[in-house]
Amino acid sequence: MNNLLVFPLLIPLCTAAILIFFKNNIPVQRWLSALSLLATAAAAWTILHQVRAEGIQTLYMGGWLPPYGIVFVADMLAALLVLATTAVGAFCLFFSFGTVGEQRERYYYYPFFQFLLVGVNGSFLTGDLFNLFVCFEVMLISSYALIVLGGTKRQLRETLKYILINILSSTLFVAAVAYLYGVTGSLNMADLSLRVAQAGQDGVLNVIAILFMIVFSLKAGLFLFFWLPDSYSVPPAAVSALFGALLTKVGLYALIRTFTLIFCHDPLVTHNWIAWMAAATMILGAFGAIAYSDVQRIMNYNVVITVGFIAFGLAVASKETLDGVVFYLLHDMVAKALLFLLGGMIVHLSGTSKLKEMGGMIKRYPAVGWMFFIASLAIAGIPPLSGFAGKLLLIQGGLQEQYYWLTGVSLASSFIVLYSLIRLFMNAFWGEEKQLASSPAAVPKSMVWSVAGLFIIVIMMGFGSEWVYRLASEAGNTLMNPALYIDAVLKE
Amino acid sequence: MELYMSLAIGVLFTVGVYLVLTKSLLRIILGTSLLTHGVHLLLLTMSRLKTGAAPLLGQEADVYVDPLPQALILTSIVISFGVTSFFFVLAYKAYQKLGTDDMEQLRGKEDE
Repeated sequence: MNNLLVFPLLIPLCTAAILIFFKNNIPVQRWLSALSLLATAAAAWTILHQVRAEGIQTLYMGGWLPPYGIVFVADMLAALLVLATTAVGAFCLFFSFGTVGEQRERYYYYPFFQFLLVGVNGSFLTGDLFNLFVCFEVMLISSYALIVLGGTKRQLRETLKYILINILSSTLFVAAVAYLYGVTGSLNMADLSLRVAQAGQDGVLNVIAILFMIVFSLKAGLFLFFWLPDSYSVPPAAVSALFGALLTKVGLYALIRTFTLIFCHDPLVTHNWIAWMAAATMILGAFGAIAYSDVQRIMNYNVVITVGFIAFGLAVASKETLDGVVFYLLHDMVAKALLFLLGGMIVHLSGTSKLKEMGGMIKRYPAVGWMFFIASLAIAGIPPLSGFAGKLLLIQGGLQEQYYWLTGVSLASSFIVLYSLIRLFMNAFWGEEKQLASSPAAVPKSMVWSVAGLFIIVIMMGFGSEWVYRLASEAGNTLMNPALYIDAVLKE
Repeated sequence: MELYMSLAIGVLFTVGVYLVLTKSLLRIILGTSLLTHGVHLLLLTMSRLKTGAAPLLGQEADVYVDPLPQALILTSIVISFGVTSFFFVLAYKAYQKLGTDDMEQLRGKEDE
């Protein structure tokens, strides 16, 4: 029992409820939400230390022992992801101070922001399948509001599609929960794992596993990503950075959790499907990243490629690739947030999102240019930077388990990532200086500070790979041995 | 009994999917409502439709029906109610601003 586990969910929730009362007082909203993120970060940091020192932490809500009550579980993976979420959330929040506009701030932007964090943190920490559904909905409903806030024509049009896709996938989620409950009679993840192992994962349970795979793939953008590139390009930069860094990762986390804990007994069926979907995602995402000459589209297809890359690690599921999955997930949350914020900055400074209309920005904004360059190298995985260690682990594990073609595809996708981002860099920053449509005299301070902060984290994660690897390896250990998780939840 | 329920749920899903694939936005929203109805009935059915008293301890019966799916359905109903009302208002707003409810015309190839 550890009451601290509920704080990453409770603090943003209370803050959001309080912020509703300060609709017109924007400074109070800003201060309160910043403070709440600092408090959440402190709680997440403490949880991480406790997990390191004392192993997996659990909290039984209302004192009901599992499988009867809802249980919150923080293993290393969940603790790391909560910390990364809070860090990314904090920088996106600072970025939105100067950029999101007073109109949005007046209409409950910050409460929605906090509710989104409630949903994301809850999804990472919960140990109950239906509670996961509820946390997903909290996250999704706030994302509907954030994506449409502002109400331009494009936003309205794309939100309609985004909502429709998510309603359908949530419906399928409930159907999958219903089938699983019908077969096993339990909803607690640790208990489910035991019951699935007892019943033997064959026919019926494999069908249910595939249904879960479809549901989480729709949320994560694994192969079923057709909705993602359009909807992520309509909201303002701070919001799309939050989406690109967090929302797909929650789907990925759910995939990882389900297929390492519950449905891990018949990898020939389920994990092969994940492998094919991962390969298709990387290839199709690569086509998209090359085809478009629009900053937001290029970044969105880069999100898709990464989802495929992480799913590749899950499909191989050896100790090495699972370590790599955790490492790469952490790196990617921070690096994608940085990329989206830098992209938003480029669009803000040049006044257009089309590559053809920009050029020569390096003269005026050298710092932005070089930060973008180094962030691109980090995302592609050039050695001293943060993307390298995770990629190395994944590719090494893939070769050891003899997934040669899949490893080949993921290596090739890294080249495409590098090409697409460097193309963006060269078009926007090199060449002749074009007449900028609305060149603002000064860059807002909050923009500079948040981007610089994320940049420093990316660099530190690269040079401190050894330290991050120790944590990721511990998380990979729990993923590899679900018995550790089950014992921690059901021991009392 | 479960067989008939399954057939009814199948019909609800079929009609729901058909409506979601049509052009008009209102039909799509009706389709999603039918799908959520189907899925709630599915939750109820999957817990086996044995006869028993309603899950109230005051009834002092020997057998009660499974209370858990009812709680899940209740949760799911209010969530889908919230989302559906948001979807309706969004559709209304989109109709006002974009002037159409035809999904074919909401493709958005042109740039605003």
